[in-house]
Amino acid sequence: MAELTYREALNRALDEEMARDPKVFLMGEEVGEYDGAYKVSKGLLGKYGARRVRDTPISELGFTGLGVGAALAGLRPVVEWMTHNFALLALDQVVNNAAKMRQMSGGQLKVPIVFRGPNGPAEFLAAQHSQALASYWAHVPGLKVVAPATPADAYGLLKSAIRDDNPVVVLESEMMYAWKGEVPEEEFLVPLGKARLAREGRDLSLVTFSKPIKAVMEAAELLRAKGIEADVVDLRSIRPLDEESLYASVRKTGRCVVVDESWPVASVGSHVAWLVSHNCFDLLDAPVELVSGEDVPMPYNHSLELAAQPSADKILGAARRVLYREDI
Amino acid sequence: MAKTAKNGRNTLPPREILFPLLETMQLIRAFEEKSGQMYGLRKIGGFCHLYTGQEAVATGAISVLDLSRDYVLTAYRDHGHALACGMEPAPLMAELFGKLTGSSRGKGGSMHFFSAEKHLLGGNGIVGAQIPIATGVALAQAYEDSGGATLCFFGDGAFHQGALHESFNLAKIWNLPIVYIVENNQWGMGTSWKKVSAQSDFVATAAAYSMKGLVCDGMDVLNVRDVVGEAVEEARKGNPVFVEARTYRYKGHSMSDPQKYRSRDEVDEYRRRDPIVFLRSRMEEAGLIGEEDWEAIVQRTEGLVEEAVRFAETSPEPSLGELYADILA
Repeated sequence: MAELTYREALNRALDEEMARDPKVFLMGEEVGEYDGAYKVSKGLLGKYGARRVRDTPISELGFTGLGVGAALAGLRPVVEWMTHNFALLALDQVVNNAAKMRQMSGGQLKVPIVFRGPNGPAEFLAAQHSQALASYWAHVPGLKVVAPATPADAYGLLKSAIRDDNPVVVLESEMMYAWKGEVPEEEFLVPLGKARLAREGRDLSLVTFSKPIKAVMEAAELLRAKGIEADVVDLRSIRPLDEESLYASVRKTGRCVVVDESWPVASVGSHVAWLVSHNCFDLLDAPVELVSGEDVPMPYNHSLELAAQPSADKILGAARRVLYREDI
Repeated sequence: MAKTAKNGRNTLPPREILFPLLETMQLIRAFEEKSGQMYGLRKIGGFCHLYTGQEAVATGAISVLDLSRDYVLTAYRDHGHALACGMEPAPLMAELFGKLTGSSRGKGGSMHFFSAEKHLLGGNGIVGAQIPIATGVALAQAYEDSGGATLCFFGDGAFHQGALHESFNLAKIWNLPIVYIVENNQWGMGTSWKKVSAQSDFVATAAAYSMKGLVCDGMDVLNVRDVVGEAVEEARKGNPVFVEARTYRYKGHSMSDPQKYRSRDEVDEYRRRDPIVFLRSRMEEAGLIGEEDWEAIVQRTEGLVEEAVRFAETSPEPSLGELYADILA
């Protein structure tokens, strides 16, 4: 086992997959000479050259579309978006093209491409750089969407995404790049579509993905101090969604809190909460709770921006409600 | 920067070039007229954009390609390009009918003709959105050093999309083997290009991206062939080229267009310069084609189209189980 940062784990995955398959190449703003805006591609230009590590102009619609075309013609592009906020400029290429080509061609074509970059709020970045946009991608049939929350999953899911024959959107996070964790030294893959049980417990299910795992694990520790054991489901893969693991947890606990840093309306979190409410109705001892980002554009002020995001405190509040316990 | 390649109007290419060009254009004409009829009979639904009048552009341009290594992408007015790429009329008509035997198994319809085998990558419905994709196909060709080139067709309506300008820039900085062809049929749906374009000379824009710009007469298949042939050779050397083909569509934007924005006289003026009549008359003047040859072409193409309709009519509908098929690989 080696301890790697999330950033290093992504770098290792890219490096190994580029070494393994000459059709894999990386394209995006600052990925080459600058070593990546967040240093995820550090050293790859020197190792693989400018043919395979391509610095693009600031032209998200353009280079995202080029990636789709290159994938149709047989390559395996990894397109780095400096953030998912900027990917909104390329939404057309992902939604109308990458996700549709196989179906519109009656199964003749495939689009093996990875779109990846940081998603969700970091710190002091204000409204246009702090959005959690998972539901934009999760909404679209024809895409796969993953959100690794640990260095090991970042490594294993990115490798699986690159080898998958479909367009896969990878949600990373600026705050997570420096997170550390154990990553086995031997090569491994994490399959798309499988959740991770991050913590075992019998009293309530806390369900989340991506960066809020941190607040969720903090909340689980605080609950433990009160004698309450939380089962923590890290979804990891949003599309396809591992509904079985989700329901298995709720079957065990009968109580569920969903935590998602996105806005609450039509979000992945609201969808998951609906799925649990609908499919586990007879198993539930309380209505499902959703802890989301507040329904506002992100403010710059630090106290305000923290108040806009899920926190251990907010999760504890939701836990009180599903447990009908005012004393915790 | 813009120029028209020398056409050599007085010398015609040999018969083995001319006859396939004439027959392909006539096949497109017959297919489109039949499509219009079938739309009227409600055998075909939705948006159906006919290529009548523009046949010389797809036919002449695609005739210079080697589709074992070259690729073609176009917009939603794609019937002509599909036939010019060598797709059979029967699965195309079946696709228009929404049948399981259609080229996209009934999932795509009129706007989404594809052939992995013939290297036609759509049939794309969002105006201008195929331009970055085509540029990416050219990136793959350059990456693999395949020697292939990509032809990217779009209409004058797409010229003002950011996707075009971002693609031009990327194609030039990476020296991609691509030829962009704007089929300027002068009407972006019901809006005249003159009203919405700051630049009255489209190919002048090529200079802004240090690309070569060429103009061809989109009603003259031989001129299209010459100019695009020159452009493709240039592209194979890693120099992207922008070509404007000045052309005209005889029908409305789609089958549901009453065409109140243009006059009958304007349409008639272009009909007098019909690309099929024009090539046929030049071949007649040169003594290369007789009435019998022409009749044989008409018979063959009409036969193919009639057979395509029979095939489409008698083909099965997709089962409801097809709904979830072909979405993920």
